[in-house]
Amino acid sequence: MFLAGLIACAITGILILVRIILGETTFDRILAVNSLGTVIVIGISLHGFYSNRPEFLDIAIVYALINFIGTVAVLKLFSTGSLGGDK
Amino acid sequence: MELILDIFTGICFFIGSLSIIIGACGLIKLPDVFSRIHAAGMIDTAGTAFFILGMIFQTGWSLITVKLILIGVFIFFTSPVTSHVTANLARQKNILPVGKKIGKIL
Repeated sequence: MFLAGLIACAITGILILVRIILGETTFDRILAVNSLGTVIVIGISLHGFYSNRPEFLDIAIVYALINFIGTVAVLKLFSTGSLGGDK
Repeated sequence: MELILDIFTGICFFIGSLSIIIGACGLIKLPDVFSRIHAAGMIDTAGTAFFILGMIFQTGWSLITVKLILIGVFIFFTSPVTSHVTANLARQKNILPVGKKIGKIL
């Protein structure tokens, strides 16, 4: 059952990679990378349950946090040309 | 009781797998950024919620359930923020929706 979920996550990851490679604008790629991060969070949780080591959930939490911060930081860098530090 | 929980987990995983695969197909097939945000939201809300619900059925009440609910709540609140920032920036950079001629947007 967990293996079926992992296979579904793998298929979704491959389909999202196609969009990342094809994407016309930068925003398509950023959106697809964010979705790929979400799918990877689900995959890490499922792998933890599949191998009877649910401690992997801590890694999934950290991955979700870094995914959000990274996406917003890349968007801000693309928007203003700096990350808002001292000029 | 174990069998009932396994059946519920299977149903939740099936709906979640269907949601994320449909979301990825929409991410490939839809024509522009503003409609692809809809497909990405499908992955972020429906897929994550059903997978986490299925995993909660498997664990019962423990610390693992708290961590799963934490992941679910966090993704549930950050996904609309990311979508809004992306759409707002794409509109500022003059990316037009498909079928819209040059002119006033919104």
